[in-house]
Amino acid sequence: MMLSGWGRFPQQWCALHQPRDEAEVRAAMATGPRIARGNGRGYGDCAMQRNATIEMRRFNRMLAFEEETGQLVTEAGVLLAEVIDTFLPRGWFPPVTPGTKFVTIGGMVAADVHGKNHHRDGTFGRFVDWIDLMGEDGEVRRCSPQENAELFAWTIGGMGLTGVILRVAFRLRRVESAWIRQTTLPARNLDHVMALFEENGAATYSVAWIDCLNTGSGLGRSALMLGEHACADELSRTRRNAPFSVPAKRSRTMPVDLPRAALNRMTVKAFNALYYRNARAAAGDALVDWDSYFYPLDAILEWNRIYGARGFMQFQCVLPLDSAHAGLTELLRAIIASGEGSFLSVLKRMGAEHGPFSFPMEGYTLALDFPFSSGTARLMERLDAITLDHGGRFYLAKDARMSAATLRRADPRADVLAKVRRDAGLANFRSSQSERLCL
Amino acid sequence: MTAAPVLIIGARSDIGMALAHRYAAAGHPVQLAARASKGLEADAANIALRHGTSASVHEIDILEPESFAAFLDSLPQLPHVAICVVGLLGDQATSQTDIAAAQLTMRSNYEGPALLTGLIAERFAARGSGTIIGISSVAGERGRASNYVYGSAKAGYTAFLSGLRNRLSKTGVHVMTVLPGFVRTRMTAGMDLPARLTAEPAAVAEAIFRAATKQRDVIYVKPVWRLVMAIIRAIPEGIFKGTKL
Ligand SMILES: Cc1cc2nc3c(=O)[nH]c(=O)nc-3n(C[C@H](O)[C@H](O)[C@H](O)COP(=O)(O)OP(=O)(O)OC[C@H]3O[C@@H](n4cnc5c(N)ncnc54)[C@H](O)[C@@H]3O)c2cc1C
Ligand SMILES: NC(=O)c1ccc[n+]([C@@H]2O[C@H](COP(=O)([O-])OP(=O)(O)OC[C@H]3O[C@@H](n4cnc5c(N)ncnc54)[C@H](OP(=O)(O)O)[C@@H]3O)[C@@H](O)[C@H]2O)c1
Repeated sequence: MMLSGWGRFPQQWCALHQPRDEAEVRAAMATGPRIARGNGRGYGDCAMQRNATIEMRRFNRMLAFEEETGQLVTEAGVLLAEVIDTFLPRGWFPPVTPGTKFVTIGGMVAADVHGKNHHRDGTFGRFVDWIDLMGEDGEVRRCSPQENAELFAWTIGGMGLTGVILRVAFRLRRVESAWIRQTTLPARNLDHVMALFEENGAATYSVAWIDCLNTGSGLGRSALMLGEHACADELSRTRRNAPFSVPAKRSRTMPVDLPRAALNRMTVKAFNALYYRNARAAAGDALVDWDSYFYPLDAILEWNRIYGARGFMQFQCVLPLDSAHAGLTELLRAIIASGEGSFLSVLKRMGAEHGPFSFPMEGYTLALDFPFSSGTARLMERLDAITLDHGGRFYLAKDARMSAATLRRADPRADVLAKVRRDAGLANFRSSQSERLCL
Repeated sequence: MTAAPVLIIGARSDIGMALAHRYAAAGHPVQLAARASKGLEADAANIALRHGTSASVHEIDILEPESFAAFLDSLPQLPHVAICVVGLLGDQATSQTDIAAAQLTMRSNYEGPALLTGLIAERFAARGSGTIIGISSVAGERGRASNYVYGSAKAGYTAFLSGLRNRLSKTGVHVMTVLPGFVRTRMTAGMDLPARLTAEPAAVAEAIFRAATKQRDVIYVKPVWRLVMAIIRAIPEGIFKGTKL
């Protein structure tokens, strides 16, 4: 059937398998080149393979939980949303979460996702105790820092290229409530927001929404949002009695694809200005429920359709600390010069690098998205070049179009991964993305 | 845990598993019975973790009636609700020429389910309470060329449940018959099913759960099926025999 990632570009016909058990995974694998797929929240073609795309959503059982350590064992297709629904009422929360809860645990491992706490806690992979991985021979191997350690390390952030993840053991963190104490700090420009990030390194969560259209001295105008899990005694008396219950919300579904014109430069500009104004108005402290804080976009199901049928492209890079300021300035200027508005632009301070192929490194990451057009492609190439000039690298979970040469220039680890895959006979685990990037 | 235990016979099926989750979500301990039941340990763990109830696993082969009494004795507790989901679609064309295949379909859909639910009914009657839910099929409402071996066995089971309900109506034991139309499960995987007439397993489970609390006698899951079957039953045999349905 026709498949695509969350960005709806590219679309490709793939033979889709939906196995229920190991034997069915093995049978799907036997057809030749194949890649595992989670919930398709990667933006581009990382979870697509024409010959066999193995969707793991039916591996959706939770298997064990240890109260003393918070260790949860689940099958790879369990959604993060299900983990939260089950364990937040008992006082546990994921140690790291991306900006959507509709991802599978397998997908979180494969992309080694980062969250708003990356500067403090690192990626999801740091909380993974072991992985059960099906290899080329159809055998299932337990991989951990003790057993099959190299395979374990490459699987975390390996984008499905080391095998099919069947089960994962990872540790949840204890929380006292379902509420986040949020502090919003408006920032005049890039200097200001970077200074605020550095000052607030002790905050558990931090992320900035950045206005990509403001020029001059206001370049990089943004709103920095800090967050802490609220303790029970920070809640009002009524909420303290039920610290894990939050008001029910209604989710809306984007009913149709919006015509391309609905998302023009004007609306983007208006949205960005409004967002910044709201942030200023809301500056200060607020108690926000977990869902609104971590997953504001999830409230509009299928929001990717606002970009119309042609889809959109994400761009996410990370720049090392010492060149981040110069690089971000150039990136923002290039976006403004292009006239392509980025609807959602997120800036985040990242902590230390970890893992042989995971995306994050110490520095600043900028995530942008653009509706798909001919101009976008040129802009993206420009952004690639600026990133390369400043020693940055790219997030494969967001990529749909980068060239193999660009990846190699950005990340010498790509060749190491390719060699590891060759040596271990893993070449048949391959996605459209890995084929494009010659991994 | 005070909520009443629920036994699900044929728990591996999509409908059975959806029922287990639905009852567990309402706080009921669930007893999962199936053949090759070892494979269900992970499902039991999943149910217990998600819903905070207990879930146990039990071996049953519906083709071995001599084992039924021991099976019931082995349960941690006589359940309050027993649901039989077991069924086998079989292949109609094969069943026309292969007696063993036809017999397997008949035994799996009629003999086994009827004998086991009958035995459970006796125990419930002795206790004076309980709910028996049998999953039969709309296919049992009228024999059709395309699946009458399966359909006739389901017809037998529907009649058995009806008689059981009639007999036990004054005893405090309730018997409910479920006649699902199309359901998107392993049984129908790969078939081209009309969307308006097809239900998801979770919706079937929800409908059964609700109907059982209201002590309904016969349900169709999707109400449109009541109408569809009324029409199909009303067609005179002289015309019906010439149709292709
Ligand atoms: C709104 C939104 C916000 C996001 N925010 C963030 C963020 O803040 N931080 C961040 O890090 N990411 C973020 N992402 C990206 C997302 O977290 C990753 O793309 C994640 O991998 C998606 O998980 P999935 O289950 O949908 O996997 P898919 O998209 O289906 O697959 C992603 C990759 O994982 C591999 N994979 C999936 N399952 C398995 C398995 N069982 N075995 C082996 N490989 C497997 C696939 O082969 C593919 O390479 C965001 C995405 C969206 C849509
Ligand atoms: N799907 C539909 O459209 C539809 C429509 C109307 C009625 N129904 C009825 O709904 C019920 C559930 O079916 P389903 O759709 O969920 O399909 P299913 O997955 O094929 O369910 C049938 C179940 O019966 C079990 N079973 C068969 N023979 C058995 C035996 N000898 N001993 C023990 N268990 C046995 C199977 O066990 P294993 O897992 O071990 O094979 C399986 O779990 C069936 O009674 C079916 O006839 C289904």
